[in-house]
Amino acid sequence: MKVQLDYDACHGHQSCAIAAPEVFGADDYGNAVVLIEGDLPVELETKARRAEGNCPERAITLIDS
Amino acid sequence: MTTIDPTTDYDIFDPEYVLNPFPTIDQIRESECPVAHTERWGGSWMPTRYADIVAVAQEHDVFTSRQILVTGPPDGQAPEGAYAGVAAPPISSDPPEHHWHRRLILPFFAPQAVAKYEPITRELCHSLIDKFIDKGEADSAADYAQQIPVRVIATMLGVPTDMSDTFTGWVRGVLEAGLMDQEVRLEARGNILGFFHAQVADRIANPREDDLITTLLNSEIDGQKVPVEYVMGVCNLMLVAGVDTTWSSIGASLWHLAQHPEHRRQLRDDPELWPAAIEELLRMYAPVTMARIVDRDIEFQGCPMHAGDRVLMSFPAANRDPRQFENPNEVDFEREHNRHVAFGAGIHRCAGSNLARLELRIALQVWLERIPEFQLADPSAVTWAGGQVRGTRVAKVTF
Ligand code: HEM
Ligand code: SF4
Repeated sequence: MKVQLDYDACHGHQSCAIAAPEVFGADDYGNAVVLIEGDLPVELETKARRAEGNCPERAITLIDS
Repeated sequence: MTTIDPTTDYDIFDPEYVLNPFPTIDQIRESECPVAHTERWGGSWMPTRYADIVAVAQEHDVFTSRQILVTGPPDGQAPEGAYAGVAAPPISSDPPEHHWHRRLILPFFAPQAVAKYEPITRELCHSLIDKFIDKGEADSAADYAQQIPVRVIATMLGVPTDMSDTFTGWVRGVLEAGLMDQEVRLEARGNILGFFHAQVADRIANPREDDLITTLLNSEIDGQKVPVEYVMGVCNLMLVAGVDTTWSSIGASLWHLAQHPEHRRQLRDDPELWPAAIEELLRMYAPVTMARIVDRDIEFQGCPMHAGDRVLMSFPAANRDPRQFENPNEVDFEREHNRHVAFGAGIHRCAGSNLARLELRIALQVWLERIPEFQLADPSAVTWAGGQVRGTRVAKVTF
């Protein structure tokens, strides 16, 4: 599974980083950054799904690989 | 009991609605007309479904921030008294200015930046509890929740924390009493801006190291120093947006925990639940309702909206929509998906949310650590504020 972030839609709620701190972080402005490029370790997939389902701006897409 | 039809005549200051707006909101949301309208308090539209409220928040070119208070003259033509040129950027700004108005302050509020306020918040919470723990009773709203955010914001702004009670009075003047009385609002606004006018003048004369107001005064946009009115406006907003809101959310969360021993136990047994629990309490007790002004005549969900009309964004209503949340009226710390919008959505989404969450978490953690078991002294004696910001104002507990 890969994470895709729509930087234009992200407005920095940080709900993603709260649900999956291993996968999402914040830049200096508090907007989201993806910490893991490429495939996520399998054990983080559940958290990543939760992050996706918590983003109020629907800025996160998960791509099954 | 109210017999009026809330879809055409809702009243956000009706005492019953202030105490518990959700039955009325549910009635509107499930009616033929989920976007209600009223002539009261300067007139407004009120969508009640999650999708509609988020759409209003996200479509900032149609739903502008020319006026964001839930009452008063919708076109913002009210006399603003002294400092008429000072607004509350970025909350009162529209694009394109909104972009820099917001971008300059975001670094102060990033998660890594607000983490430094954790120790003083914790210390503050302990010192408040020290004052009443031996008495076996306290007002969880007035003696605790209300005392916290104002001191954190004063610290952040570098202004005297011993003026906290005065600041609280001013903020309530703008966001509570002032919503029903323009004169009260203007007086409170004048006090806040007069105070920050002096603070800004002092920083210009005596710049300080590591100081938010000095840093803002020195920031540049397109090679020019930012206007002093911008800096005063930001200070004004930080006080008004950061105090009532956060305290209301701490207060409402304590009110909930006082009545739910099973949730207190859950947090004690599984501290890893805290981050999700905070989000769930924010969903359930979202304090803030904002307004927008319609830019041009449009039809929204079948409603003919005209340029200049006011639209309320009730984030509390959005967060209880069963179309978006299963069992919306239940607090569930293990809720799988929680796209709550307590902090709004779109370009104006709360800039202070990381600080708000930190304060809420520390306030609740310290309380539960020191006072693990407590209950409302008299549930029927609890009072609430409503309108722009919803939360407990008197909520006595015993322990
Ligand atoms: C639980 C506490 C809080 C809640 C529920 C809350 C809620 C909100 C909401 C709903 C908005 C969107 C306004 C709009 O769409 O017009 C907002 C904006 C804002 N809030 Fe908060 N807020 C809280 C705490 C704070 C704190 C502690 C600060 C820090 C000073 C703060 C600063 C701001 C700022 C600067 C904006 C304007 C952002 C912009 O317009 O770009 N808030 N807040
Ligand atoms: S939750 Fe969504 S909008 Fe918020 S920071 Fe994460 S990606 Fe951005």
